[in-house]
Amino acid sequence: MTVIKSKVNRRSFLKSSALAGGGLMISFSWLAACAPKEAAGLEMPDEWFDLNGFLKVGNNGVVTIMAPNPEFGQNVTTSLPMIIADELDVDWKNVLVEQAKFNTDIFTRQFAGGSQSVRQGWQNGLREAGAAARYMLVAAAAKEWGVSAGEIKTENGLLSHYNGKSAGYGEMASLAVGIEIPEDLALKTPADYKIIGTPRKNVKGKDIVTGKPMFGIDYEEEGMLTAMIIHPPAFGMRLKSFDGTAAKGMNGIKDVFTIQSFPNDQPRGYFSTDAFTDLVVVTGNSTWEVMQAKKAVQVQWEKSPATKITTGGFGRTQEVTVPAGLESSTDHYEQMQSVASKPGRIERRDGDPEAAFKRAAKVIERSYTAPFLAHNAMEPMNFFASVNGNDFKLAGPLQAPEMAEQAVATRFGVPLENIDIKMTRMGGGFGRRAYDHYVVEAALISQKAKAPIKLVYTREDDMTNGIYRPSYHATYRAALDEDNNLIAFHAKAGGVPESPLHANRFPAGAVDNYLAESWQIDSNITIGAFRAPRSNFIAGAEQSFLDEVAEAAGKDPIEFRLDLLKRAKENPVGERNDYEADRYAGILELVRDKSNWGQAEAGISRGVSAYFCHNSYVAHVLDVEMVNGEPKVKRVTCAVDCGIVINPLAATNMVEGAVVDGIGNSMYSHLTFRQGATEQTNFDKYRIIRHREAPESIDVHFIQNEIAPTGLGEPPFPPVFAAVANALYKATGKRQYNQPYMVQQQISLG
Amino acid sequence: MASFQLNINGEQQSVDVDPSTPLLWVLRDHLSLKGTKYGCGIAQCGACTVHMNGTAIRSCSFPVSAVGNQPITTIEGLSENGDHPVQKAWLELDVAQCGYCQPGQIMSAAALLKANPNPSDQEIESSMNGNLCRCGTYVRIKAAVKKAATY
Repeated sequence: MTVIKSKVNRRSFLKSSALAGGGLMISFSWLAACAPKEAAGLEMPDEWFDLNGFLKVGNNGVVTIMAPNPEFGQNVTTSLPMIIADELDVDWKNVLVEQAKFNTDIFTRQFAGGSQSVRQGWQNGLREAGAAARYMLVAAAAKEWGVSAGEIKTENGLLSHYNGKSAGYGEMASLAVGIEIPEDLALKTPADYKIIGTPRKNVKGKDIVTGKPMFGIDYEEEGMLTAMIIHPPAFGMRLKSFDGTAAKGMNGIKDVFTIQSFPNDQPRGYFSTDAFTDLVVVTGNSTWEVMQAKKAVQVQWEKSPATKITTGGFGRTQEVTVPAGLESSTDHYEQMQSVASKPGRIERRDGDPEAAFKRAAKVIERSYTAPFLAHNAMEPMNFFASVNGNDFKLAGPLQAPEMAEQAVATRFGVPLENIDIKMTRMGGGFGRRAYDHYVVEAALISQKAKAPIKLVYTREDDMTNGIYRPSYHATYRAALDEDNNLIAFHAKAGGVPESPLHANRFPAGAVDNYLAESWQIDSNITIGAFRAPRSNFIAGAEQSFLDEVAEAAGKDPIEFRLDLLKRAKENPVGERNDYEADRYAGILELVRDKSNWGQAEAGISRGVSAYFCHNSYVAHVLDVEMVNGEPKVKRVTCAVDCGIVINPLAATNMVEGAVVDGIGNSMYSHLTFRQGATEQTNFDKYRIIRHREAPESIDVHFIQNEIAPTGLGEPPFPPVFAAVANALYKATGKRQYNQPYMVQQQISLG
Repeated sequence: MASFQLNINGEQQSVDVDPSTPLLWVLRDHLSLKGTKYGCGIAQCGACTVHMNGTAIRSCSFPVSAVGNQPITTIEGLSENGDHPVQKAWLELDVAQCGYCQPGQIMSAAALLKANPNPSDQEIESSMNGNLCRCGTYVRIKAAVKKAATY
């Protein structure tokens, strides 16, 4: 029997100790069942001692470290505890990892998104959590041995003194509890890292390959019903009436009723995007029965009028009018082309771009488009809720639990402390699971059903009730003088319904005369964050265009960019340039060297692209071979600067995945609308990259430096789009302007 | 509703469900075998892949009434201790990202290697092509299938 001992530190560390009871972490039976005891092959201790909210030490020296952030494949369950373990100076093989509960009293920013988990964890407490516990163990040993703490060394979970005394962390753990920690904790320097920077396998690997229940859709509780929603068949439509009589009479069906996720007169949070607020719900005993009953519900829909809603979050509240109408992609493309030809909103202006374009020897102008995209996480949207009076017990996959908790509190008028959220592993997210409408829906359904329920979206529900990557358009102009110098650059970008422009990114700062404009077209189609928002389109457009400009200037595309970066470094134009020219150039040089750029290989066509976003720099060289008239990506060479790499094994996997994702979305994926409805509703029509289309090899290289780690989930993704386009041009002689490159004929672009 | 006797992972199981119920939902909802995943419901993503008589099938589109007494193996029954060569190779190469599709990938790979112990790259691609991975771990999956073939 394992005993949990938890004492309260008088002086709380990171607000943590008072609420850090180990019991909190394992009292929840479903998660406890997933604890990796056997997988780790470790003897469990008889007693645990909480040193702070991030970790507890067993009397036998085994350490449990909390993985504070939601996991959706970015591998933070392994990499964040690695940071703590290194400062604690413990042997990684004696570490157990548990997914922490959502708890804002202990943890900061339990959020998956923006490529920020490692970056913010590094800055905000993970290293201190490990160092503080180490300090406490050392202080306990010093007291016990009657020596000075400064004379005690730690190594791999062992404390030792030159007089010969030594003890494992487990032996000192009980004495370490409650020891005060100083304001300034000494942290390791990179030379002393033993775990950070070393390849460590996914701590959940064994659970994954043996099919252990760990995802939200696997979650179960006694007496739980399955619930599904029926939503309008098109954006711009809403519920008029329904008749659930026939469905209610079917086997295993409990009830058919309606819910309203967000009333229009209630301000919505930043992540409470939702097109279909009034939904029909079917509850029943099992998934298949509810799926069948859904088809038997008679529903009348009607066109929705223009609607005013109040959105807020991050301190900005604004009234937004959602337009009426049933929109189609063909109209969107026409509208985008039309609006793009008019002046936009000026976001940045350096020098005198108009004059420079007038005196140019050569002007190149090109336009680029991209369709809507659906996130299509492999695990369809789902959430568990058990609402009892004012008590909300919620569990499931979500990227932004803090915002979801707030959304539930607002919707039901209950205090945050009444809401308990368990974060399950997510079967992908890509931004979609930052949105909380399905959490609110689950809670409403449980409240109405008076039972614990799990809301499950079918794939069709997931794909047709999306919060999509917007459809975008960008027009670029470049002016070259007689000597093929880039003297002016003009970016004008917009979309349905937001602009993808980043006005202060490269080549801003490298060109004397620069103009950036934005525009957007209103829409009732819901859009939101999708892996590397906005960058996921604008990088492809910009880097495709620069390739063409380099060619027009008669320069090698890498040298052309390096020349511009040299200019931006030595004599930058403008006040605010978002990138560091040195680091940008660094990845281009690394990818040039590692890919043997410039060395021709029979049958291989190469494209290069580089981009800065989410605080990191990534360049790709992508090799295409024509096989039976079809382009096949053979090999991709990647150069990445994301500062210190915590776990090179996982980081490499992440870059490989982003490359595959980029190839897939640039070449194949698209979501189109006709009369407000998506024309793709499942994977038969919606194309996701498959095994056969993946590259043969992806060769990932990291810049070695000692810069605090930045993001990695998003940065390798945007530059892929242009690396593909530029390689396809070399392979086929045709420039690519409209995504997805391989299926343009299907969406008849302008 | 009808009663079905099923042979799942070497054990006899009895379920009382509508004959049209796909095997996937019998496994997940009635037998609490959650390792087999729902991804699309129309046999387009492979997340629901299980073995019937050692051959890979898409359980989301396979009615329980068509199973009869043919033995079914799910990810939970692929090996006693998670040490099937394919599972070992998956761990060795640290294949997974989110992990949701991986049970289906592993079941497809295990069926492939049983039928073809030394598949070529093209054979791996064509027999795994029905298994989607949204995280994009395809390069590692292919390497892991090759590695498993060497065990």
